[in-house]
Amino acid sequence: MAKMNLLQAINNALITEMERDKRVMVFGEDVGHFGGVFRATSHLQEKFGKGRCFNTPLTEQGIIGFANGLASQGSVPVAEIQFGDYIFPAFDQIVNETAKFRYRSGGQFDVGSLTIRTPYGGGIAGGLYHSQSPEAFFAHCPGLKIVIPRNPYQAKGLLLASIRDKNPVLFMEPKRLYRASVSDVPEDDYELPLGKADVVQEGSDITLLGWGAQIEILQKAAEMALEDGVSCEIIDLRSILPWDAKAVAESVMKTGRLLINHEAPMTGGFASEVAATIQERCFLYLEAPVARVCGLDTPYPLAHEKEYMPDQYKTYEAIKRTLNY
Amino acid sequence: MKDRNHLARVSTTHQVHIIENGLIDIPMLQILQPDGSLHKEAKEPDLDKDTATRIYDTMEYIRVLDERMIGAQRQGRISFYLASTGEEAAAVASAAALSDNDMIMSQYREQGALAYRGYTTSQFMNQMFSNEADPNKGRQMPIHYGDKPLNFMTISSPLGTQIPQASGYAYGQKMAGNEAVTICYFGEGAASEGDFHAGLNMAAVLNCPVIFFCRNNGYAISTPAEEQFAGDGIASRGIGYGVKTIRVDGNDPLAVYAATQRARELALEESCPVLIEAMTYRLAAHSTSDDPTGYRSREEEDKWRAKDPIQRMAKWLEKKGWYDEAANKKLIEKSRQDVLAALKEAEKIDVCPIDDIVTDVYDEVPWHLKEQVDELKAHIRKYPDAYPKTSGRVK
Repeated sequence: MAKMNLLQAINNALITEMERDKRVMVFGEDVGHFGGVFRATSHLQEKFGKGRCFNTPLTEQGIIGFANGLASQGSVPVAEIQFGDYIFPAFDQIVNETAKFRYRSGGQFDVGSLTIRTPYGGGIAGGLYHSQSPEAFFAHCPGLKIVIPRNPYQAKGLLLASIRDKNPVLFMEPKRLYRASVSDVPEDDYELPLGKADVVQEGSDITLLGWGAQIEILQKAAEMALEDGVSCEIIDLRSILPWDAKAVAESVMKTGRLLINHEAPMTGGFASEVAATIQERCFLYLEAPVARVCGLDTPYPLAHEKEYMPDQYKTYEAIKRTLNY
Repeated sequence: MKDRNHLARVSTTHQVHIIENGLIDIPMLQILQPDGSLHKEAKEPDLDKDTATRIYDTMEYIRVLDERMIGAQRQGRISFYLASTGEEAAAVASAAALSDNDMIMSQYREQGALAYRGYTTSQFMNQMFSNEADPNKGRQMPIHYGDKPLNFMTISSPLGTQIPQASGYAYGQKMAGNEAVTICYFGEGAASEGDFHAGLNMAAVLNCPVIFFCRNNGYAISTPAEEQFAGDGIASRGIGYGVKTIRVDGNDPLAVYAATQRARELALEESCPVLIEAMTYRLAAHSTSDDPTGYRSREEEDKWRAKDPIQRMAKWLEKKGWYDEAANKKLIEKSRQDVLAALKEAEKIDVCPIDDIVTDVYDEVPWHLKEQVDELKAHIRKYPDAYPKTSGRVK
């Protein structure tokens, strides 16, 4: 075990996999000698050479197009998009190519070895274009997997599983935790399962569901609610696609209440999908409407960032409203 | 850290210096004259009788296939077709200059390259009839071929997406130590897509052994080349990206062969991309959904009919003493019969069973897709007449 922050855990996972499998290649804007703008790829070029860790020109559609080709050839690309906000030039390559490669060829060709890493989310004074959480855009795209870790331990285990998974994975890293979140991380190789939610805290009155950096918000809100005698169950969804509806439904059947929290705007956010599925599966168990605590339906603001965020206070209020319904 | 100087190759001027359009003169390689003789100073490529005959026969075969399949679409037997009439040399002669290990990533008008690789008439038909004998499982519109054993990547409809992919594929070939290149076909219209620029730039910077083969056929559906770009074609862009560039007469099979052969040598020896711009003309409609009389004249088309690559090669073969008219007639007749027979056969084969609607989305069928296909099957059982293609096999 070693104390690592989330960036060090990512870096450690990449080293682990590049040592194990020489087909693994890591690339993107500034990821080479410089080690990435956040330093997630530090020292990889020194260790593994310029052939396996390199800078690309500034072209997100090019990076993902290149990565698709490389994956279809049999290599194992781990492509970095510097900010989730800049993934959209690659939207066509991801939605029309990455996600459909296997299906359209009847399984003759696939890009299952591809992993796309990208930092997402707010709380770093990044304004409109360094704060977005675009997971719901991609959740609408069959063929992709979407994975989001909540701390360094989860990050290493989920990233190793994502790189080795036989399907393309969009691995979204909560950037406000990059240095803020520190935990014990095994130095050995380990994987955490994709498509499985994780019960972070057991409780009996309400289920709080989130992912990534919002898990610590849910924990803070749960502590506030506990002082009122409310017992919260906290679930980290971990995989947005395919998502673990069974685990969420089981929890809701026990607690009778569900609150979903995400940073992305409310309308069309992934909370909507979860709410629809859970009311189908748990209608007669629900004591109150499913609550959504999300970002506003605005672009991500800068000066009003604190006000925009679905923080512990908004979450605590929604817990009370749901309990008192 | 080493010092860099990004001005090292920049010369200076003391008057405002403007590079005018057309200042870069990119000549077009021509070897064969319309009468089948060689241009003066042109060197005949190293092409043996078997290869030359195979190029010629494949072009004739593709012309028959195209004619017959347009007919089949008109009769309502398939939904869509896309012919390559007039452009056969560009696809066939370039494919002939490759090794079978080289990956082909094509657009959608390169059936000639696929036929040259050995794709059979039955394979063409099974794909176009979306039946279960098609390894692509009938999931895409007609002409979106793909065949792993032949190193021919399954085609996708979005334009230009294969261009940066080809750079990545070629980089992987190089890293794996394979003696192979990737060839990437596209049209001059697709070269306006961002992926073209991304793909060329990445290939140049990352030294990828890839041949970018542009068929400049004058039209993107109805949009003429002059409304597609204002510069000197596609070739000048290669120069801008630092990519070795060749312009070739796409209706001259010998020139296309020579250019591609040289491009492949360069790509492998120097581990670099090469751009080939083949100047040709789409004598066919864009697809069976298109009617060219709305945007170009019969006279214009006739000028290009006179430059037909098949006739040009026939005359050259004749001069070489390699042309057998009787055999050629027989070949065309046999191709017609084969296409008809394979078409009738493919029509009879079922589509894939309904379970295949959810396979290959992921490597394994996940829980939610299992639920969805089970629900769907229960629904089909209830309304079998509404889903005649699959209900018979839903138990």
